[in-house]
Amino acid sequence: MTSPFTPGIASGRLDAETLARNFSDLHPAYDPHEAAVAADRCYFCHDAPCITACPTDIDIPLFIRQIASGMPEAAARTILEQNILGGMCARVCPTETLCEEACVREAAEGKPVEIGRLQRYATDSLMARQGHPFTRAPETGRHVAVVGAGPAGLACAHRLAMKGHTVTIYEARPKAGGLNEYGIAAYKSTDDFAAREVDWLLGIGGITIEYGKALGRDITLDGLRGTHDAVFLGIGLGAVNALEAEGADKDGVGDAVDFIAILRQAEDKAALPVGRNVVVIGGGMTAIDAAVQSKLLGAENVTVAYRRGADRMGASQFERDLATSKGVRILTDVVPKAVHGNGAAREIELEYTAEGPDGLKGTGETLRLPADQVLRAIGQVLDPVDGLTLDGRKIAVTGAGRTFLPGVWAGGDCTPGEDLTVVAVAEGRDAAEDIHATLTGMVS
Amino acid sequence: MADLTSNFLGIKSPNPFWLASAPPTDKEYNVRRAYEAGWGGVVWKTLGEEGPPVVNVNGPRYGVVYGADRRVLGINNIELITDRPLEVNLEEMARVKADYPDHALIASIMVPCDEDSWKRILPRVAETNCDGIELNFGCPHGMSERGMGSAVGQVPEYIEMVARWCKKYYDRPVIVKLTPNITDIRYPARAAKNGGADAVSLINTVSSITSVNLDNFSPEPSIDGKGSHGGYCGPAVKPIALNMVAEIARDPQTRGLPISGIGGVTTWRDAAEFMALGAGNVQVCTAAMTYGFKIVEEMKRGLSAWMDEKGYATLSDFVGKAVPNVTDWQYLNLNYVTKARIDQDACIKCGRCYAACEDTSHQAIWMHEGRVFEVNDAECVACNLCVDVCPVENCITMERMPAGSVDPRTGKTVSDEYANWTTHPNNPMAVKAAE
Repeated sequence: MTSPFTPGIASGRLDAETLARNFSDLHPAYDPHEAAVAADRCYFCHDAPCITACPTDIDIPLFIRQIASGMPEAAARTILEQNILGGMCARVCPTETLCEEACVREAAEGKPVEIGRLQRYATDSLMARQGHPFTRAPETGRHVAVVGAGPAGLACAHRLAMKGHTVTIYEARPKAGGLNEYGIAAYKSTDDFAAREVDWLLGIGGITIEYGKALGRDITLDGLRGTHDAVFLGIGLGAVNALEAEGADKDGVGDAVDFIAILRQAEDKAALPVGRNVVVIGGGMTAIDAAVQSKLLGAENVTVAYRRGADRMGASQFERDLATSKGVRILTDVVPKAVHGNGAAREIELEYTAEGPDGLKGTGETLRLPADQVLRAIGQVLDPVDGLTLDGRKIAVTGAGRTFLPGVWAGGDCTPGEDLTVVAVAEGRDAAEDIHATLTGMVS
Repeated sequence: MADLTSNFLGIKSPNPFWLASAPPTDKEYNVRRAYEAGWGGVVWKTLGEEGPPVVNVNGPRYGVVYGADRRVLGINNIELITDRPLEVNLEEMARVKADYPDHALIASIMVPCDEDSWKRILPRVAETNCDGIELNFGCPHGMSERGMGSAVGQVPEYIEMVARWCKKYYDRPVIVKLTPNITDIRYPARAAKNGGADAVSLINTVSSITSVNLDNFSPEPSIDGKGSHGGYCGPAVKPIALNMVAEIARDPQTRGLPISGIGGVTTWRDAAEFMALGAGNVQVCTAAMTYGFKIVEEMKRGLSAWMDEKGYATLSDFVGKAVPNVTDWQYLNLNYVTKARIDQDACIKCGRCYAACEDTSHQAIWMHEGRVFEVNDAECVACNLCVDVCPVENCITMERMPAGSVDPRTGKTVSDEYANWTTHPNNPMAVKAAE
């Protein structure tokens, strides 16, 4: 029997009951009375700041009022008209930096209306009782290729299908959902929600998904352009930034995104190996998700090491508080210098940093932490696609996701902008509207 | 410590909080517990004639209107008067009064509108040694179909007649309980006084349907798919009750007639407001039905603390103090000019004031860049709606314009002289100043 104190990387550090508790719903669903009380706190603001703060422009005061008046399923429709992945967004949106940050009750009393949980209450209510709530327009005879079945691709496909177009989604992995399925901490998407949501979304009809089809490997952009009336790329960021530190190739050093993906797909969390001493390099949501889940799997010591100050971290205050409440230590102003160990990682050497006129510099002072497992969460990058103009390291777009190639649109993490599910949904949706307008001759 | 002792019509009670005649006062068990919990007095559930008692429905008797978090704002009921034999009630009343001589006990009575019926019951009630009687001329449901309750209360001549019979056959205080289901409360109050009643109590419940079931289209409370109007009570009816109490308190024909205030009293503050408008004491029902008898403790402590703070030693020090300030619209000072002011530091930028003013009032609030809301004095008529809908207390206030300044809305110089509609030039009936 292993325990949190078992040296090295080991599975089964915690018993099944503890693991089940650790990975249960982070924000449990409201019951109807809780929802009514929470909904009643909404002031129904004029030109509400929460709507402005929502990347998908959901009419939040309206849907909350619908909940308050006892119509959660109608409320869900208000949400889903704007954001077909409203169910997942309710679970994974960093509401504390979006709608709930803008809520006037946050300003008034530091306690916003719990918009995310209310949205979940509404969307869960609808999905529990109804089939797919929208109907397709008559077939247009147009066929659009969507590459990537992540949030951007799904949102784009759904809107196109609703308009009567036929959509084929080409997905490299064996399952749809993108980061909803393979990323994101397990306690934010319990009970296989990502997969259930995809099934429900496909209820619109007119969408086919071809799995195991990766762009550049199994299909080409030129090929798709030749066989479809339009192409939408929602390919995300397929590559991971390398860790520039001596010994980064040692056993035990890996990518946080892979760690999270394996964890999300695992049938039995007790079978997942995790280090006694885990160090996660990075400061974004991925770093926090990996660190918290390492701790919840039974690692004794988990440290997030970030190269700048806490205020520069990509992870929100809420996420950082969540991590520290689970016992994760957040170490700031340090960069990895070397991973030590004989074949396998045993220790990580970090160097302190300071912000100077020439940018971030090492101070020369170092510290060492025990580290059986080092997880890189220092950003993901686009896998290059031939023929596309780039904007920095992402696909350049204008307007509603138009790339510089005629007939090709793009959205989600592969295009500039915040890498959030809700942003991807907005971009996919808006690109679909633009594709529809183009295909039907309303714009050129 | 303020003295909460109450003397209403010579009836003494340790405090002015009485339980109204209603389900909570239907039997000895409840009334003893109420006194033990601290209630100053009890008006026993209405007694009917000797003989087979009335029967109640066997389905729901109450309907409800909720505010946030299922807070009870109003209840309506279709319960009738006591459904226990008269003799049982009288025996229990006598026992209770003997054991609680310092607490008020009032018998509520409703019998048919003929002299014999009253002549028969009054001596038997007197034998209980209760402190007085209250004539139930108020219940709007059930009994009114049989010519009693509000059917009597809606005909001033009947009120006067029955009050006179009661004074003739009963020698202790007679209180007439009034129904609000009339056009002008002053008429039944005057009738009660003319009939010799010692006091009026009001309001009884308001005729109401609380809600409609949208699946089977039955009014609530639903009895086998049908509903009947009930009597509405609780916090929702308080404003109606306050006005009616004030109307009687300031009517020249009833001025000085003692009033027992009823209608949504839930806290000490509600009680103090009724009393300020002329009620000598208050009666409570819905608050007790919602929270239990213990609620009286807050009322006592609250009223006592407020009286201490204001320097009122006894109840009579403040009873009626608001009555002189209740007036007719025509006497309101038209030279009292105010403007809304928004405290930008307190503002949370919800924009409700703007929506209310822009959509439904006078377009007197600007919404500037960055959700900054500001009052446009040139349009502000001082309606107060922005203050009412603002979720932040004291964020928006109404400030009086000083005399000598110019109201940008009217272009007129503000005067500190009192002037009302009766002398306003726009009033065709204006009383001309003496030549």
